[in-house]
Amino acid sequence: MSELTITLMRFGLLALLWVFVFSVAGVLRGDIYGIRVVRRRSTVPAQPGLSRSEQRAREKAEKAARKAQSRLATHLVVTDGPLAGTSLPLRDAGTIIGRNPEASLVLDDDYASGRHARIHRDEVGWIAEDLGSTNGTYLDGERLTTPTRVDVGSQLRIGRTVVELRR
Amino acid sequence: MTAVAPARVRKGRGIELVLLLFAVGIVTLAYCNVELAVNDALPPNLLVQVGWLLGVALAFHLVLRWRASYADPILLPLATLLNGLGLVMIHRLDLAHGRDLGSSLALRQLIWTAVSVVVALVVLVVLRDHRVLRRYTWTFGLGGFVLLLLPLAPGIGRAVNGSRIWIGLGPFTFQPGEIAKITLAIFFAAYLVTTRDALSVAGRKVLGLTLPRGRDLGPIVVVWLLSVGVLVFESDLGTSLLFFGIFVAMLYLATERISWIVIGLLLFCVGAYVAYLMFGHVQTRVLLWLHTFSPEALKASDQLAKGIMGMASGGMFGTGLGNGRPDITYFAESDFIFSSFGEELGLIGVFAILMLYVLFVERGLRTALGTRDGFGKLLAAGLSFSVALQCFVVVGGVTRVIPLTGLTLPFLSYGGSSLLANWTLVALLLRISDQARRPEPDPGVRPSSSSEETQVVKLR
Repeated sequence: MSELTITLMRFGLLALLWVFVFSVAGVLRGDIYGIRVVRRRSTVPAQPGLSRSEQRAREKAEKAARKAQSRLATHLVVTDGPLAGTSLPLRDAGTIIGRNPEASLVLDDDYASGRHARIHRDEVGWIAEDLGSTNGTYLDGERLTTPTRVDVGSQLRIGRTVVELRR
Repeated sequence: MTAVAPARVRKGRGIELVLLLFAVGIVTLAYCNVELAVNDALPPNLLVQVGWLLGVALAFHLVLRWRASYADPILLPLATLLNGLGLVMIHRLDLAHGRDLGSSLALRQLIWTAVSVVVALVVLVVLRDHRVLRRYTWTFGLGGFVLLLLPLAPGIGRAVNGSRIWIGLGPFTFQPGEIAKITLAIFFAAYLVTTRDALSVAGRKVLGLTLPRGRDLGPIVVVWLLSVGVLVFESDLGTSLLFFGIFVAMLYLATERISWIVIGLLLFCVGAYVAYLMFGHVQTRVLLWLHTFSPEALKASDQLAKGIMGMASGGMFGTGLGNGRPDITYFAESDFIFSSFGEELGLIGVFAILMLYVLFVERGLRTALGTRDGFGKLLAAGLSFSVALQCFVVVGGVTRVIPLTGLTLPFLSYGGSSLLANWTLVALLLRISDQARRPEPDPGVRPSSSSEETQVVKLR
């Protein structure tokens, strides 16, 4: 066999090894781009030049506008607490939040119960339900006593964690 | 613990198959390259030999489709490629030494590959949930310590090249430390997941470092004594470093306290220094490491020097497979296989191989991140860290970063026990990753759940 063939094979082998490495790295991009880490809303700085009441009014208007688009939420986003930024898709059968490792959103929070709260779906929309937790679940500042409808943008507080429904 | 949700779950079995064929293709090219360079002709039984590797890999792939369909798609192709490249290099050294089929090391390595894959598949099929392993915490722990100390037992222990890390049963020799790596990782994971709360209780703060309480130092001292014992009586720094390193890393993972790493490193330095002062064989290793090319060191062993000269002659692109002289170094197919690759594939080639290990370890750690139970997290992270540390010890040894020790490079080096242990390790990682990537089962509607009070449950 000629010297040329062997040289070609030799460099071809090195090239193929690196092509393999990069194709594996290409498959791994999912690890970086496949996960949605959503920025916390509260970290967006208040716009200068607007007074507090103006800002609040603007936020209210935004909220109303969001509600007007009556599409349903698809994601649960943690907006405050140790897991801030985590996002996970809501599932129709129910998403359990708590400290139990079997829960969908596993909280590392001393103030949360094992199975703390559940968000599930009925014909109209999403329903949040407290699963008899010790410290309670708060929807927009009010403690949940019965399963209650949650809309996009309303905040659910569990221990030190605040979660929000997003589209 | 955190919940990180991928946007959509892909099983990835198709990607795995493509990468697997790609890996076998690379191995085939390398094999043809060796044969053409050495014998000037393609091997007559090319298809048979490549067919074996392909068959073994495809069998693994099919079992994954059947029993762990959400398992990580990258681990299997990486392991197959490394194993195949190792086979090619061992075959190339067979040719250089003129070994025929009967004494061929490559054939034995191929048989061991098949045996190891079968064992790994049995593990995958039998073990449906890795959490079952937790039930046998102390069995694994005791088994691991016995395996580690087995080479010291009179009668079956064998000292090869000054290191007493082998056991011989009739014609078979075995390195039990390789298997102990896995059983001890299981034991450490199961032990630490139950005791981590106690171990992470802070004691005094010294120089900005929160030290643990004195009474919590027990476990680390026990493992330290064991690893110093291995260093002294089996005269094997590599195994000693590997076990102590795995324990300290998992302790850190479980407790999130940097002070454990500091304590561990200090303890290891003290142990290693005392061993250096007291034992001649440790001093020889250090002499070979620091003054490799001095006359005294060359008189003791010129193995390391030859390995380094080989890598130097390889340069950037290597001499090409079959054109170098890696066979001059003793143990070029096991301890020094990295030097052999350095000589024939060059810096570019060995960096590709190191990247394969990096990707392998990355997949293991990613599995640990994705798993939602604490035991699985610790086990996956511990196993992948053990692969990383073993690569560091071996590659660091042949490139004179640390003293040379007799460990094998996972998948690449010649050695049945190493292959068996590492394929089993792959099976365990795949099993955990299957659980990590599988979408959660529906919790279902539990009508009574809203009326239940949260209870304090005591597990122990």
